[in-house]
Amino acid sequence: MHGTYLRYELLRNVRNWRFILFSLAYPVVLYFVVTSPQRHATFDGVAFPLYFMAGMAAVGTMIAVISSGARIAVDRSAGWTRQLRITPLTARDYLGAKVACGFLMALLVIVLVSLSGTALGVSLSADEWLTMIGLMLVGLIPIAVLGILLGHLVTPDSLAPAVGGTIMLFALLGGAYGFLIAKSGPMFDVIKALPSYWLVQAGKTAVAGGTWPAEAWIVIAVWTAVLVPLATFVYTRDTSRV
Amino acid sequence: MTTHDTSPGAIVLSDLSKSYGEVRAVKSIDLAIAPGETVALLGPNGAGKTTTIDLMLGLTRPDSGTVSLFGMSPTEAAAAGVVGGMLQTGSLVDYLSVRELVTMVASLYPSPLEVDDALALSGCSSFAGRRTRKLSGGQGQRVRFAIALVADPDLLLLDEPTAALDVEARRDFWASMRAVAARGKTIIFATHYLEEADAFADRVVLLAHGSVVADAPPGEIKARVGGRTIRATLPGVDLDALRALPGVLGVERRGDAVILTCAEAETALRALLDEFPSAADIEVRGAGLEEAFLALTADGTGPTNELTEVN
Repeated sequence: MHGTYLRYELLRNVRNWRFILFSLAYPVVLYFVVTSPQRHATFDGVAFPLYFMAGMAAVGTMIAVISSGARIAVDRSAGWTRQLRITPLTARDYLGAKVACGFLMALLVIVLVSLSGTALGVSLSADEWLTMIGLMLVGLIPIAVLGILLGHLVTPDSLAPAVGGTIMLFALLGGAYGFLIAKSGPMFDVIKALPSYWLVQAGKTAVAGGTWPAEAWIVIAVWTAVLVPLATFVYTRDTSRV
Repeated sequence: MTTHDTSPGAIVLSDLSKSYGEVRAVKSIDLAIAPGETVALLGPNGAGKTTTIDLMLGLTRPDSGTVSLFGMSPTEAAAAGVVGGMLQTGSLVDYLSVRELVTMVASLYPSPLEVDDALALSGCSSFAGRRTRKLSGGQGQRVRFAIALVADPDLLLLDEPTAALDVEARRDFWASMRAVAARGKTIIFATHYLEEADAFADRVVLLAHGSVVADAPPGEIKARVGGRTIRATLPGVDLDALRALPGVLGVERRGDAVILTCAEAETALRALLDEFPSAADIEVRGAGLEEAFLALTADGTGPTNELTEVN
């Protein structure tokens, strides 16, 4: 990881305060609005405030890591990736900085949404917090790679619908918005094959003790294994074609 | 790298070709540039200047042929930090000040210039604190120059570096370039201004339709393409007699008129009036670079039918 480059990449992100404000405000505001009237409800076998806290953390963190990678589209259209390619900066450091920025933003989302959950009565032990956050960070890996893939496929003009649509689809099907469109049958099998479902489940898994079932680890591993070569391919194609 | 051992080998392009669809942007270019040379790639739009520079920077892959920079491939040279480039297109990244951007780029290189020195040399000091998005076109161009300079590269490749600059900024730019050249750096720049090539290059490589049509010191190129033409009405005159006049390079008949292509128009005009007092309707014009290129390429340096092939 190239420290100075990462620092300035972070600075670029921090100064884009509108992005930060909206990506933090969205899950937090939605959390309070939806959870306040249902503080004592239960859903999917756990307290609703806990379930929806994990749901909103999943949405917010997915926005953070996808957007960070997808903004490669902006660097590409500005010709900045071409300028960087004639410097000693490696692809690994360039992409690594994007991923690191996305994950730092994701951590910020988790902290704020967790504080919101605490405010509405969610109470977890240190172990349970660590399990939930740890599982979420693992579950975000394929989502971050998907962001890099999108960054090479879209233009700045199509960035918003591409990123927004992808996140909406993952979040809705994964159950992040507090409901599941299927709880059994083939559709539920599809849902369980999405990394976003397991992001949302991280809260429930944490209070149940232990960790994800093997199924979850396989889903995350397979998505990562499929997306990494695809992202590598689009990156290489971009390098060779321009 | 044994295949690139052509001496003197700072930069060696061997049989380099690149096509974009039907358009053959670069056709089998061979070029060797010694360390410390300042070379202008001179040519009209569409001559292949940008493609040649992109090939040298490794931003475009050649269809055939090789580029060797100090014995390395362009990608290896970039990784080693020995190349600095000022690209023609592109904007600067957002949310950073000029100083921050230049500092960030400097951090990528093994032995960069002091950021303040690069800012001063490129004329960016007065607006170093400004955000990149708030710069004028000319200022943006200077920042791109600063980015190329701060690397302190052995080889500096500049694609039409003065394109967005006004006259004064252009003068400042070339003053900075002289300072860089004085440090023994190899500099290659693309331009379509003959005056720039003449004033700043040790050597001019003239490109037209993707081929090298001339490669000589600027004075010689200037004599060949920077000459003027004299047009005069002289019915039935003996063309060989005109061709023998001092300062005349070529003669062409157009009906009753003749057109003399001159290396030294004043000398030729005096001689013309001395020997052919009947010459009437005399016009002296500077030959446009574009016309000069066409003349050069049509003069047997390249097949004429290629002229219609591109654009």
